[in-house]
Amino acid sequence: MWRWIANTADLGIKELASVLRDRAMMIFIIWAFSGAIYLVASGANLEMRDASVGFADHDKSQISLRIRDALRKPSFSPPVSLDPAAIDKAMDDARFTFVLVVPPRFEQDLLAGRQPTLQLVVDATAMTQAGIGTGYISHILSREIEAFLDARGMKTAAPVAFTVRSFFNPNLEESRHMAVMEIVNNVCLLSIILVGAAVVREREHGTIEHLLVMPVTPSVIVFAKIWANGLVVLIAVFLSLNLVARGAMGIPISGSIALYMLGAVVFLFSVMALGVMLGTLTPSMPQFALLAFPTIIVMEVLSGGMTPIESMPPYLRVVMSAVPSTHYVKFSQGVLFRDAPLALVWPELVWMAVLGALYVIIALGRFRAMLAGANGGR
Amino acid sequence: MASEPDSGAIAVRLAGITHRYGVIAALDDAALAFPAGSDTAIIGPDGVGKSTLLALIAGARKIQSGAIEVLGADMKSATQRTRAAPRIAFMPQGLGRNLYPSLSVAENINFFANLYATSPEARRQRREHLLKATGLAPFSDRPAGQLSGGMRQKLSLCCALVHDPDLLILDEPTTGIDPLSRRQFWQLVDGIRAIQPGLTLIVATAYMEEAERFGRLVVMDKGKVLAEGTKAQVLERAGAGKVEEAFIALRHDHGGTRPADAKPFIRPPSEGPPAIVARGLTRRFGDFTAVDNVSFEIARGEIFGFLGSNGCGKSTTMKMLTGLLPASSGSATLLGRPIDAADIETRRRVGYLSQSFSLYGELTVLGNLQLHAKLFRLARAERADRIRETLARFDLESVADSFPETLPLGVRQRLQLAVACLHKPEVLILDEPTSGVDPETRDAFWHLLSELSHRDGVTIFISTHFLHEAERCDRLSFMHAGKVLAVGTPDELRRQENADTLEAAFISCLEKHTEPVPEAVVSPTLVRSEDVRPPGRLLTWFNWVTAFSRREAREVWRDPVRLSFAFLAPLILLITFARGISFDIESLPFSIFDRDQSAQSQSLTLHLSGSRYFSERRPALSDLDVDRRLQSGEAALVVEIPPGFGRDLLAGRQPTLSLWLDGANPSRANTARGYAEGVTQSFIASLLKEEQAESPRLPVNLEPRFLYNQDFRSVFAMTPGVIMFLTMLIFAMMTALGVTREREIGSIVNLSVSPATTGAFLVGKFLPYTGIGYLAFLLMVVFAVFGLGLPIKGSLVALLLGGLLYVVTAAAFGILVSTFVRSQVAAIFACALLTMLPALNFSGFLQPVSNLSPVAQVIGLGFPSSWFQQISIGVFAKGLPFEAFWKPFAALALFPLIFLMLASAMLDKQEK
Repeated sequence: MWRWIANTADLGIKELASVLRDRAMMIFIIWAFSGAIYLVASGANLEMRDASVGFADHDKSQISLRIRDALRKPSFSPPVSLDPAAIDKAMDDARFTFVLVVPPRFEQDLLAGRQPTLQLVVDATAMTQAGIGTGYISHILSREIEAFLDARGMKTAAPVAFTVRSFFNPNLEESRHMAVMEIVNNVCLLSIILVGAAVVREREHGTIEHLLVMPVTPSVIVFAKIWANGLVVLIAVFLSLNLVARGAMGIPISGSIALYMLGAVVFLFSVMALGVMLGTLTPSMPQFALLAFPTIIVMEVLSGGMTPIESMPPYLRVVMSAVPSTHYVKFSQGVLFRDAPLALVWPELVWMAVLGALYVIIALGRFRAMLAGANGGR
Repeated sequence: MASEPDSGAIAVRLAGITHRYGVIAALDDAALAFPAGSDTAIIGPDGVGKSTLLALIAGARKIQSGAIEVLGADMKSATQRTRAAPRIAFMPQGLGRNLYPSLSVAENINFFANLYATSPEARRQRREHLLKATGLAPFSDRPAGQLSGGMRQKLSLCCALVHDPDLLILDEPTTGIDPLSRRQFWQLVDGIRAIQPGLTLIVATAYMEEAERFGRLVVMDKGKVLAEGTKAQVLERAGAGKVEEAFIALRHDHGGTRPADAKPFIRPPSEGPPAIVARGLTRRFGDFTAVDNVSFEIARGEIFGFLGSNGCGKSTTMKMLTGLLPASSGSATLLGRPIDAADIETRRRVGYLSQSFSLYGELTVLGNLQLHAKLFRLARAERADRIRETLARFDLESVADSFPETLPLGVRQRLQLAVACLHKPEVLILDEPTSGVDPETRDAFWHLLSELSHRDGVTIFISTHFLHEAERCDRLSFMHAGKVLAVGTPDELRRQENADTLEAAFISCLEKHTEPVPEAVVSPTLVRSEDVRPPGRLLTWFNWVTAFSRREAREVWRDPVRLSFAFLAPLILLITFARGISFDIESLPFSIFDRDQSAQSQSLTLHLSGSRYFSERRPALSDLDVDRRLQSGEAALVVEIPPGFGRDLLAGRQPTLSLWLDGANPSRANTARGYAEGVTQSFIASLLKEEQAESPRLPVNLEPRFLYNQDFRSVFAMTPGVIMFLTMLIFAMMTALGVTREREIGSIVNLSVSPATTGAFLVGKFLPYTGIGYLAFLLMVVFAVFGLGLPIKGSLVALLLGGLLYVVTAAAFGILVSTFVRSQVAAIFACALLTMLPALNFSGFLQPVSNLSPVAQVIGLGFPSSWFQQISIGVFAKGLPFEAFWKPFAALALFPLIFLMLASAMLDKQEK
């Protein structure tokens, strides 16, 4: 046992030396946890921003101008006047996501209490914007109309009012969410590529065989790779969270950084184990890349960071629960935003640890078989 | 194209050739002349510039400085090179490196024949003659990858000769093949020369004894030509009787140091049980038996050699003895204990040196030694001494702080041996430790082995394909095709086979044990195919394209990994994305905090939980509960109903509902809020109507009309985009791999030395991937319609045409990427990075192009994906007719032209 630990430590130090010497990889790691996070988070993808609006105004009244002016940045681009006859063509060409049609005599009807109808044409293929945007426009309309009528001494009242409070992210800033999710994405990408490629490279160079004839067991090799590469990524995550997310971007982190780092350690173990496993499944670097890329893409898109996990079909949810990033996304959201204590998030930690152990077991089982396979073709 | 009868003509002339790789000069001011019809051997160890020299002559590499004239053509000029190319044949180093392993023997020859303009009839005749001459005729349907090394080299020669050249360049054609095949190979070459005396032959070789058969010699060392001339002239200059001696002598004239003649060590008689015993060892890989029932015993302290060709099972046997590979059957013991992969104790008594350099390039010489000392857990106190001792003994002190890749091959091998001996093992297993090392270094290496074994009593098990080295073993075994043919001391073996030399003994042994290979018959008809009028230029170009694309299609078709990547990956990803990327909020977990408990509040609760958007969790009973539900993520929304809600509502007093949202995922929070308000309002409207209560009327009605996707379902909106994204990513990547793969494997040399143009090569590469890509695209469309239930609302013809153009564009983009990346891995990365960002973010997939910032819009429209997205979404969702797409069609037709033109301009036909 003592020898196992000592060998794992020694071999890991070699692994560290090799990562640190790989200048291209280091630059890539630094970029992935600084510039890339900043870019993605500040250019937030799914936020309602600059939505294109067409404005077909039959009324050209004070209120219609007022509504038009109220649709403004950052959510909307300045509305473009549109001939009502051209609406269909414009929508077909995807020139606008929304077209608001103000009927003739709108102001007159409104002031007379005749409840006129505004039509909003929405391009429903723009999933991320159509739903939210319709809600926004409807809020803006009622606000403007209320103010307009108020000024003329007419009282309006909806049957209920809503007060809305968002916990953990009061202004619903997308950038916070994106920054943290992008850290998760980059951890997945880097861990799998770093450690998986290290396994494949050692095999291609024959150094694994060399190690295995020494008093070194496959588990020593696997754990040395995991701890050394894991340490590099862990430091990058720590710095990224503190310097980039909190520092440069000013994102308030309400939760405990220590607890988050504990989760990061467990997650790194499991995702690195996944990388090692993928590395043992493929005989060459190109094939590894062909296998790793779809895996990484699926992890990035379906782990719950981009679209909520509840809206996926049940079978996909089952499949994704076998992927550690799903649990890490949940864990990160809990700890960083909701300040959830360990008592609430421990199941996610257990999940990740169990999955990691499972991958390690599969990888170790594949280890000798993979050497046999690699030489079979020669 | 008759060869010049004039014996004084010069076929190849080099002047002032210098060639550098970075700062290292592979060739330094070389000047040489090869007379027409001569046969020349270029000798020297690995890494002295032989291969570079040959590649330059063949036109496979670009000339950096100096001039080369081949068969009257200036090799610097592309047009002259193209004219000379059909008269030059080049066989690069490495067993069948220019062959395509998944193609059959006949297919390989056909491919090469097609690159050179010959008529089909002439091609067929010549192929049959060559197959007969090389004895490959019975194997013409076998994939090249399954031939033995010797057969592969013969096939490679066939491919080189298929276009009837005047200059034949062979780079180490016999390295690593068995002596019998080697002899047959040279007989074949001699036969061809006998009937074609005008043929100029240039051969590089690492076997000094082989060089004896050539008329002329060029001796090279460290990028310099040490001597050239007829064999007699060179031997005389060096004052030597044999080529090997001449090489050593010439090298020392140029500043090398001659090692002191070392006394051989005398081997003491061995005692005790044998160190290694193998009984009936067998190893199968699938149907292939790599090692077949091998038995031997190795006594303690002896040097036991395994002699055999590449791929005869030497390495596999050694791996079984080290426990790296389990044996399929049979048994073996090492130092008296059965081999067991988990037996760490035995491993500490064994040292192993594998065929390739397998130490860490990222550690210095000293670092490598230290790592190994630690891994063997040498006592801390002992470590420093042992390392110092080892550095001294293996003469590595001067390079202790260098990195291995900066050292010459010989020193690296010595380092490997030093590492293998560091822990003072009792047994050393060495797998071809000296391949590629120059003769003197090899001598010094063997001196070390002899010292280790005969003085220190270490048992050494070594494999080699040099007969020369086999002589120095105490005992050896001949190995061929997985079987041990004979075992004994060198003398015993010679006596057994009645042979003068070990080589003759091995050959006679081989002849006894293997099926007789049909004797090479060089029939006079092989000489010249009657001059065929070359077809027109367009037809030639077309022939090249067909040759390249048929070859590529065959290869991909036989590669399960790439095929499944092409057809399975898109389908799997389509399903996961179309189903998984969902912005529909369904079953969002919510809790009610009902502080009213009236009929109205309960009915509101029922209404919310009954909607498909929400699914109810435990209700909150206090403010603290609200926090807890949200913090644990149990609920993403808590609806708090204030006291007196029902009463106020009915009285028209506008009660206030509180919505507490989990803002961790903002877009989800926004959607949840919208739905919650919508559901509540519609509930209240119906409630008030029922109650006939006085309800304040809204001043306006907003009537949203959702176009194209009335149900507002993600799958309809996302799938067209997913098809757009996957087609681009996967087929750009596959095509890029197709080109870089050839570069990495080395078969791209076939293009460099052939008259075919890069344009033909690229178009030939691109056609099969377009075909595969279009099939996969159709598969995705079919699956989208029948599997995911997407209706095709618009013009199917537009979709099919657009898809074709788009696949063509994706493949052309892949070709473009492949021109600036060096390795397959880089190709994959580059394609992923370059396609993912514009296709996902700027092409109208996640958000409409019209909503992007002006810069992003320009990027989006400058990338083909956004144009296909218009067609895809237009046909699937918007139901647009064919005429609506003329702009995207035009764009998609323009992109591939631009990409291919750029690629043609960027791809250099020759290597640098």
